[in-house]
Amino acid sequence: MSQVRVNSAEAAKGRVSPEQERAARGELHSQLVQVNLGPHHPSTHGVLHFFVTLDSETVVDLRLIFGYLHRSMEKLFEGRTYVGNVALTDRMDYTASMLNNWGWCLCCEKLAGLEVNERSQCLRTIAGELSRLSSHLIGTGVFGQDVGVLVTSVMWGFNWREEVLQCLDDLSGARMMYNFIRPGGVRADADAPEGWSDKVRKVMDGLPRHIEDFHRLMTTNEIFRARTIGVGVLDPTDAVASSVTGPTLRGSGVKYDVRRAHPYGIYPELDFEVPVGENGDCFDRYMVRIWEMEQSRKIILQALDRLDATEPGNLGKAPKVFKPPPGDAYAEIEGAKGCLGFYLKSDGGLEPYRAKLRSPSFINLTALPAMCIGWKIADVIAIFGSIDINMGEVDR
Amino acid sequence: MIALDDISSIGNWLRQVLVGFGLRGGLLDGVLAFIAVFVVANFALANGGLMSFVWRREMAMIQDRRGPNRVGPNGLFQFLADGIKMILKQAMVPRGADRLLFLVTPVIATFPFIMAYLVIPFSRGGTLADVNVGVLYLFAITSLAFPAVFLAGWSSNNKYSMLGGMRAIAQLLAFEVPLTMSALGVVLLTGSLSTQGVVMSQHNLWFIFPQAIGAAIFFIAGMAENAAHPFDLPEAESEIVAGYYTEYSGIMFGLFFLAELGTTWTLGAIFTTFFLGGWQPLVPFLSFVPPLVWFLAKSYLMFFIFTLVRFSMPRFRIDQFLSFGWKVLVPASFANLAVSAAEVALTKGFFQP
Repeated sequence: MSQVRVNSAEAAKGRVSPEQERAARGELHSQLVQVNLGPHHPSTHGVLHFFVTLDSETVVDLRLIFGYLHRSMEKLFEGRTYVGNVALTDRMDYTASMLNNWGWCLCCEKLAGLEVNERSQCLRTIAGELSRLSSHLIGTGVFGQDVGVLVTSVMWGFNWREEVLQCLDDLSGARMMYNFIRPGGVRADADAPEGWSDKVRKVMDGLPRHIEDFHRLMTTNEIFRARTIGVGVLDPTDAVASSVTGPTLRGSGVKYDVRRAHPYGIYPELDFEVPVGENGDCFDRYMVRIWEMEQSRKIILQALDRLDATEPGNLGKAPKVFKPPPGDAYAEIEGAKGCLGFYLKSDGGLEPYRAKLRSPSFINLTALPAMCIGWKIADVIAIFGSIDINMGEVDR
Repeated sequence: MIALDDISSIGNWLRQVLVGFGLRGGLLDGVLAFIAVFVVANFALANGGLMSFVWRREMAMIQDRRGPNRVGPNGLFQFLADGIKMILKQAMVPRGADRLLFLVTPVIATFPFIMAYLVIPFSRGGTLADVNVGVLYLFAITSLAFPAVFLAGWSSNNKYSMLGGMRAIAQLLAFEVPLTMSALGVVLLTGSLSTQGVVMSQHNLWFIFPQAIGAAIFFIAGMAENAAHPFDLPEAESEIVAGYYTEYSGIMFGLFFLAELGTTWTLGAIFTTFFLGGWQPLVPFLSFVPPLVWFLAKSYLMFFIFTLVRFSMPRFRIDQFLSFGWKVLVPASFANLAVSAAEVALTKGFFQP
C-alpha cells in the first residue's frame, strides 16, 4: 500500500493541491485484518481452517489450511487385507459410506478380474444411490444453514435422511458405517430382507414432497436467491482446469458424470439424466444437488424392479480370501461429492502393496480460494457450503 | 376484589393499604412508585425468560424437533434451569479485553428493554408513566441497545466481535431512520406523542389499516432494530461465530440473550400499541374481556409472528441489507408520511382520542 505524503508544514500554509488532497483521501484504506476462520468455527463442516485477509468485510486473500483430521489412511490401507480395508473406506466420506465401499471394491475387482452377478449389482446400485441421497440431503440442508436459515434446513435434511438411513440399516445392519460391499459382490450374510424393496419404494414415494419443502423454504425465497445467484461463479474452463468434479463441476455446466462417461456396474442399462447448471454460481450447484436427488430416486426405482426379478440369496461368489495377482489398477466411481478414484498396486499378497486415493472433496476444495476473492466474508461461507465437502474425505 | 379491567384500580387499592400502614405524602408516593417499578421490571425479566422457552419450542416445532420438554410441565421451567446454570458458570474476561467496558456492556444491553416498559400501555390507565413524549422516549431508549452491541464488539478484543460491532453500527444507522419515520404516521393521525393517546385514538379503527405501509416498515425495521434473525448480522452465527458476544460466557451471555428476546417481546408490544389497537378489544362486543388480556394476547401473538419469521428466512448479506434499508425502506417511509398527511386531512377527528 503506497502512501501519499502530505507535508504538514505546507498543508498549514494551504499549499496542498486539490489533486494531492484527493489522492490522500483516495488512499484512505481501512487496515487489512487477518482472521482465522476455523478450525473451530460453526460453518467449516468439521476442522477446516481458512486464513482470510479482509478489507473490512471484503475478502482480499484466502488460504486453506487442512490436515487437522489426517489419519494416514493410505498407509493404513497397506497394513490390512483387501476385504478388511472396506471397513476403513467407510470412514472417509462418512455421509456416503456405501459409495466409498463401492469404489474400493470396484478397483479390487479390476485388479483381480472378478465378475459381479445381477443381484449384487442391483443391491450395490440401490445402496450407492441411497448413500448419494443421504449425502445430498445433508449437503443442501447445511448449505441452507451456511446461507443463514438457522438450522431449519439442516434439521429437515437430517430428518429425511434418517428415513434413507433406515433403509440402509435394514440392508447392512449399520446406520452409517456399513462395511457392506465386498470385492466380487456384497457381504454374504447381508442380503436384502423380505419386504425391503417395498419399504425403499415407500421412502422414495415421500421424496418429491421433501424436495418440494426445500423449494418452498429455500429455492423460492428472495433472500436465498439474492445470496446465491451470481455469487461465487466458477466458469467451466476454470472448473476443468482445476479438475473439479461432481455437482460442483456440473453446476458450471460441464456435463461430466463418471456413471455416463466411464460406466460401471449396471448404470449403462439404466435410464437417468445428468443434470447440469448454467452459470456456475452457488445457486446452480445447489440446484444440481436437488436435481440429482430426483435422478437418484429414478435410478433406485429401476434397480428395485431389477432386484425383485432376481432370486433372493443368489449374491454371487465373493471370495472369502481375496488375493489378487501382482499388478496395478485404477478405478473410479461417481461419488457423492465427485469423481472418487482408487489406485491399487498388488504384489500378490493379501494386503495391497500401495493404495492411492483420489478424493473429490480435497480436489474440489482447491478451487475455493479463487472463487472467494472479492466477495464478502458471508459469501465465503456460502460458496464453501455450495461446494459441499466432507472433511473426513479431505484429510483422510 | 381487584378489577382486572383497570390496572389503576390496583394502584388505588395498594395506596389504601399503604395509607393503612400509616404512610403519608412523599414517602407514600415513593413506596408506591418503588413497588410499581419493582413489579414491572421483574415482569420484564421473567417475561424475557419465559419468551426464551416459547422461542425454543417454536423453533423446535418448525424444525421437526421436540424442544425442551423435561423441566417442569412441558419444559416450562427450562429457562429457570438455564438461568441458574448460567449464573453458576464462570464468566470469563478474555486477555487484552477492555475489562470495565466488557463487564458493564451486558447490563447496558439489558436495561433498554426494561426501561421501555415504563411507557407501554398495558391497559386502560395502566401505564407506569403516561408521559406526553412517550413515543419519542420509546425510540430513544430502544436504540440504546445498539451502542451496547458495539461496545461489546469493541471491548472483547476479538476480530469476530469487532466485525459484529461494526455491522451493528451500520445497521443502526440504516434502520433507525425508517423505524422512527414509520411511527410518525401514527403520531400524525393521533396528534399526540403519548402512548395511551395512541391507543385511545384507535377506538374506531386500528392503525394497521390506514397505516399498512407504516406497519410493514415498522415490522421490518423493528426486526432489524432487534437484530433478530433475517437481520441478525451483528451475531451471524454461520459467518462470524457469535458476533459481538463471541467472548461472553456465563450470565453475561445470558443477559445478552435475555435482552434480545425481551426486546423482541417489547417490540411486539410496541407494534400492538401503534398498529393493533393496544388494549382495545377486537370488536366492541368483546369488551368484557379485560384490556390487559387483550394487550398481552396481541403482544404474544406478535412475538410468535416475529419468531416465526426468524426460523424460516435466510440471512441477508451486509451490503444487500444496508442498501435495502437506505434505498427501499427510507423512501417508503417518506411515502408513508405523505400518505399519512393525506389521511389526516381526509379523516378529520376520526382518529382523535
